[in-house]
Amino acid sequence: MTILLFVEQVLNGLQFGVMLFLMAAGLTLVFGVMGLINLAHGSLYMVGAFAAAAVAGWTGSFGLALIAALAAAAAAGALIELVVIRRLYARDHLDQVLATFALILILSEGTRWVFGSFPLYLDVPVYLSGPVTLPGGIQYPLYRLAIIAVGLAVAAALFALIAKTRLGIQIRAGEADREMIAALGVDISKLYTAVFALGAALAGLAGALVGAIQSVQVGMGEPVLILAFVVVVIGGIGSIKGAFVGALLVGMTDTLGGVLLPQVFGLVMAPSEAAALGASLSSMSIYILMAAVLVVRPSGLFGAAA
Amino acid sequence: MKMVKLAALAIAAGLSAAPGLAEGVKVGMITTLSGGGAGLGLDARDGFMLAVKQAGRSDLEVVIEDDQRKPEIAVQLADKMIQSDKVDVLTGIIWSNLAMAVVPAATAQGKFYLSVNAAPAVLAGKGCHKNYFAVSYQNDNLHEGAGAYVTGAGYKKPFILAPNYPAGKDSLTGFKRFYTGELAGEIYTKLGQTDYAAEIAQIRASGADSVFFFLPGGMGISFMKQYADSGVGLPVVGPAFSFDQGILGAVGEAALGVKNTSQWGKDLDNAANKAFVETFSAEYGRLPSLYAAQGFDTANLLISAMDKADVKDADAFRAALEAADFASVRGDFKFGPNHHPIQDIYVREVIKEGDVITNKIIGVALEDRADAYAAECKM
Repeated sequence: MTILLFVEQVLNGLQFGVMLFLMAAGLTLVFGVMGLINLAHGSLYMVGAFAAAAVAGWTGSFGLALIAALAAAAAAGALIELVVIRRLYARDHLDQVLATFALILILSEGTRWVFGSFPLYLDVPVYLSGPVTLPGGIQYPLYRLAIIAVGLAVAAALFALIAKTRLGIQIRAGEADREMIAALGVDISKLYTAVFALGAALAGLAGALVGAIQSVQVGMGEPVLILAFVVVVIGGIGSIKGAFVGALLVGMTDTLGGVLLPQVFGLVMAPSEAAALGASLSSMSIYILMAAVLVVRPSGLFGAAA
Repeated sequence: MKMVKLAALAIAAGLSAAPGLAEGVKVGMITTLSGGGAGLGLDARDGFMLAVKQAGRSDLEVVIEDDQRKPEIAVQLADKMIQSDKVDVLTGIIWSNLAMAVVPAATAQGKFYLSVNAAPAVLAGKGCHKNYFAVSYQNDNLHEGAGAYVTGAGYKKPFILAPNYPAGKDSLTGFKRFYTGELAGEIYTKLGQTDYAAEIAQIRASGADSVFFFLPGGMGISFMKQYADSGVGLPVVGPAFSFDQGILGAVGEAALGVKNTSQWGKDLDNAANKAFVETFSAEYGRLPSLYAAQGFDTANLLISAMDKADVKDADAFRAALEAADFASVRGDFKFGPNHHPIQDIYVREVIKEGDVITNKIIGVALEDRADAYAAECKM
């Protein structure tokens, strides 16, 4: 493999990791602050993608589509928190899993009811389409570079929010001791709704950004949800920094594993066997990574000691 | 539990045999009507029901249930349809893994199964059954057609990829059955994978002169959009699944010019097909897909057999099905000895017709193709 191809694959891994971070950030915040396992997080990703596809179809503007995705996912998140999730904080994790699994089914069939059974069309805007030539002669799609930029910007904004703002202080306090910040006069229910809507908006943004290069269809959120959970576990529950590092690790491992493993096996066996075996092993690679991290650090890379 | 089931079956068999009169045919349709793959099941159902409606027969009843693309649900539905709905014929399953879970048990209980889509290798070869008919194709057929097309078009170095699951491996095997030259690369992707940046980078670096891929459903939509955006620009060939009417709308112009292989196209020139495309579009407000055409043909095959024989006389009814005496939207249609079609596989090109992106037939990839497993079938 040439150096150029390797650099291109590293960029692909980075882009995938940044996308995973947008998903995992919301998940880890909700888990860390409210102690809630939200399986319906992937459905909010789907809501964002569908809202973006619908608005892009009506107006033709990708910018408006992104705003619609953020707004629709945040609104859906706030609504879900007020109507359903709020009743689950005091329950145990099994009840939360059951209720949010029901939400997946309701949101999926609801989306199908509104938009129909066929995948929707959402494309990269003209000004971001096509490849650009990077230094060294790498041809790389401009849109993926844009995704990396947006993802890094959102990550920076999120760190600033958590570290510098009043909401951030409350979120950190909420993670440390829920009862205490309620006793100190912080309106905990408003805080919870805000955090949930923030996480939902990030998922919606990810859905819209990715929807333009993938297929906008019912059930698109669940495969990403599983990876996002892996990221949260690797990074440590409740840690935004952990989610960022975990997402990049998972993105790189998944991308480079898929490329390198078949080539390594190709040195010692026939190409089609190497391809099949390498593909099987590379799909296990992120779970092996997760297991390895948990052996060394049982509460994740940046998790508080249990 | 097993004893109870057996007893119930025996009683049911006794009861249904008692009247001994022809009382029409009851069909159980198990197909995918919810979740991500629902578009395929909907099309198959709508095509099937259009033919049923056009026949207007009072002695044909159809029970439709949603399998949610889950094998265990499909098995439960089949049990319910056989035991409490007392269906004579089962049909509708889209996915091969669901078909493998349902078909052997249903045919072993003496029911007929007419496949509107899934036709895995096992059911065409060693596991074939006299009551099982694949009206669609054998799973390998369209990939074989693609291999033949790539060979005939003079490509010397295709890059081939498919998901890492049984149908994906069958696909590349089928392709290589009719393309025996050099490959620029061969990749198995993860099932359900949605990002193909890594694979596209490998294609770019491989020195390939063409790309063959089998990525059904959303996977194909993702791949085509990303491939078009990458600027690699090599010619693309694939089976019809990723370029069918239900999917082209979501892929958009990224698919234009792609060659894909299919046993059906909406512009096939025969009277049955013209009428089908027209009535389907009028009835449902969208163009029919491959799956709709297969559903339509399946229903018409069934109706043609009902005209000739009583379903309670299994041998006569089977002979009537084998005759396949109906006007297929594919033109000529006949079954081989293992109850799989012998048919032409066409090459289609994705074009834009006004505002609609659709397919146009540009040639024949394989003529009168049967399948690779017929010799293993002992009925």
